Amino acid sequence: MENVGALALLLAFCISLYAIVASVAGRLGNKPFLTLSGERAVLAVWLLISTAAGILIYSLMTGDMRMAYVASHTNRAMPKFYKFAAWWGGQEGSLLFWSWILSTYGAVVVLTGRGKHRMLMPWVVAILSSVQIFFLTLNAFVVSPFQVLALDRVVTSVPDGMGLNPLLQYWAMVIHPPMLYLGYVGFAVPFAFAMASLISKAPGDSWIHTTRRWTIVTWLFQGTGIMLGSAWAYHVLGWGGYWMWDPVENASLLPWLAATAFLHSVMMQEKKGMMKVWNMVLIAATFFLCIYGTFLTRSGIISSVHAFAESPIGKYFVGFLAIGIAATVWLILDRLDYLKSEAELESVVSRESSFLFNNLILLASCFAVLWGTMFPVLSEKFSTEKISLDAVWFNRLMVPIGLFLLFLTGVGPLFAWRRTSMESLRKNFQWPGIGMLVVVAALYAGGMRYPYSIISLGLCFFVLATIFMEFFRGSRAINEKTNVGLIPAMIELTHRNTRRYGGYLVHMGMVLMFIGWSGHPFNQTAIGEVNKGDTMRVGSYLLKVADLTQGETSDYQWDTAILEVSKNGKSLGILEPTRRFYKIAQQGTAEVALRTRLNEDLYINYAARVGDKATLQAYVFPLVTWIWVGVVVLIGGTFVCLVPSKVARSYPRTEVVGIAKTNAPVKV
Amino acid sequence: MNKYGKFAILMAIIVGSLSFLAYSGIQGSTSYYKTIPELRKMGNSAQSRHIRVSGNVQGDSIVREAGLVKFNLVEEKETLRVAYEGRDPLPDTFRDGAQALADGRLGPDNVFHATEIQAKCASKYAPKPGMAPDQLQPGAKPAVMTSPMRSSL
Repeated sequence: MENVGALALLLAFCISLYAIVASVAGRLGNKPFLTLSGERAVLAVWLLISTAAGILIYSLMTGDMRMAYVASHTNRAMPKFYKFAAWWGGQEGSLLFWSWILSTYGAVVVLTGRGKHRMLMPWVVAILSSVQIFFLTLNAFVVSPFQVLALDRVVTSVPDGMGLNPLLQYWAMVIHPPMLYLGYVGFAVPFAFAMASLISKAPGDSWIHTTRRWTIVTWLFQGTGIMLGSAWAYHVLGWGGYWMWDPVENASLLPWLAATAFLHSVMMQEKKGMMKVWNMVLIAATFFLCIYGTFLTRSGIISSVHAFAESPIGKYFVGFLAIGIAATVWLILDRLDYLKSEAELESVVSRESSFLFNNLILLASCFAVLWGTMFPVLSEKFSTEKISLDAVWFNRLMVPIGLFLLFLTGVGPLFAWRRTSMESLRKNFQWPGIGMLVVVAALYAGGMRYPYSIISLGLCFFVLATIFMEFFRGSRAINEKTNVGLIPAMIELTHRNTRRYGGYLVHMGMVLMFIGWSGHPFNQTAIGEVNKGDTMRVGSYLLKVADLTQGETSDYQWDTAILEVSKNGKSLGILEPTRRFYKIAQQGTAEVALRTRLNEDLYINYAARVGDKATLQAYVFPLVTWIWVGVVVLIGGTFVCLVPSKVARSYPRTEVVGIAKTNAPVKV
Repeated sequence: MNKYGKFAILMAIIVGSLSFLAYSGIQGSTSYYKTIPELRKMGNSAQSRHIRVSGNVQGDSIVREAGLVKFNLVEEKETLRVAYEGRDPLPDTFRDGAQALADGRLGPDNVFHATEIQAKCASKYAPKPGMAPDQLQPGAKPAVMTSPMRSSL
């Protein structure tokens, strides 16, 4: 059966090649039947890759221990859920997963777009198929998921597999990789449309309108994936952190930052016809950073806490990136005329300029993260010494960047297009600005001495105030006109322009996350070796060890500390941090005890047992819950953005050629 | 001043201050990746630097004492004695045979005093060569992985 799978991948490879040839030839030679066959080829590729994936999943579920992939990533005792997840748990399978998502996206694009974009589609098909060919090359010829175990050329099998690391047996860790992959792969589609419109010199920004929802959904997947990984680190690893600038984390952040810049700067193109070259560069950068991220996590060029085996696929990625980037740069340079800007910047205090700075800052942060991540490799190349930069360096750079971005989040949306008058500045920023100063003064008077936290919380207040004012003003206008309540008016307002008000909600989610991050300098830690009856203190909490127990199941041994928690003499109940030791994997895991409140988390980790004593790590993490609340708000806001606006919008634009269209101006 | 001048100045300020932060930050937060043989070759200069050294934890070498964990790291047949003096308990992935990354300084006693240990989290992107589990090595000959296309030839 594994032969059928491998054969399906080979066929998919050939048919993808055919799809490229047929679409390009069909488009250039004006032969609609040939293009149509190219589109059908994409569907055939989806069928073939699905067959291969189905076979791999079937082998994983039934535990076919002849297959190398099955034997090294599952064992018989594993729950079905994790057996299925083993599909993306290893190198070979995850690459197949990549191909499969790409082919699915390709099929969706063909099925939904073929009627609409006659001129673009052949090129889109060709570009997506080229990417597909790269991944199929890896799947079919380099790291096939269908390898079998053999001894002296005789296929053999093993009694049981190696299983999945118990640390990874956690729900967030199961859906975290698919989320990230859906994000990584998804940017291929807007990229393909952008390049297709460049190649065919399609007029206007149709590629942006066509792929706007696609980009937002992909961006959402990527962001959710990143935050799931972060949540997993916080809840499972037992050190209480959620981000440590590890290369793999950075690899997932890079395309997300570039995509965020893209989502903002396309507005400039849609409304003003500016930054056309820049948007092409951004979407290409996003896509190549996705490939680069996959490369980082798969090639082992940078050591990280995530284990990567040294693998032969690195050079394929480098080759693909080099060819892809060279082709894109050439294409953009060749078509510069067609990307002429239709308007000019007019004032430093304008919406245009805030977008410009937003882009500059996002790109700078992207570059900083890239630089820091690659520093070991670069320093080895240029100074023969391999030097790594730690989290201190990243924070030193990224915290000011983040705060500046937060500031722009507040002011940007309220600046008028072209230029902003003093009158409007005063109207929009007077009260939020005063409020911010009051918050800062109050925090300082209250004894807070961390400048970054004070600034951050002040800015958070500022941005929240501007957002609330926007919602309030808009809904009061509706409320006065139609006499409905303020809340229904607010919903009506959002529905009228989902893009704008959904965007505000996304901003609000980010602000809440900043509130959570601001709590970081106030973390408190205590480590104690305790026996039954001992007490330990962390922050204002008192932990009394009521009992230390231990036991064993068929899978693991466990140690639990039963702690009576009290604060200022008031009992808060019992917490039970546990440590497990999995027998087969010979690996310990922490079952952290958490008391989550909106103001702070009490976080207790049973770190180790030494003799009859337990080593406990207790932490107090102020405000950390707001990070997760912010993520939920951000996801909600993104969904609002995806709902079609009730009022269709068209923007008055100055065209380069001909006379300006006289669309009725729509005041937002 | 024209508007492009203003933009240019603002951007220069932003980019300049970020570059300054990036450059000045490098001093305090670098650590040098060294292999154990390289560390040996460095001699006394090794003691003045923050170093990151990786290797495999030698089997049965982990000794836990009060506030201290001692073990040996092995790489390319060279052994390095490591004393872990950090505050945090060791990660779950740290055990005999694991791949570990130790951050710290080499002491005059030739013991590497680590303040931080990372053990590679075995998310099993692929089994390391030579680290295949016992089941995969029936008999004396190591199992060879071949692709089905090749084995069916």
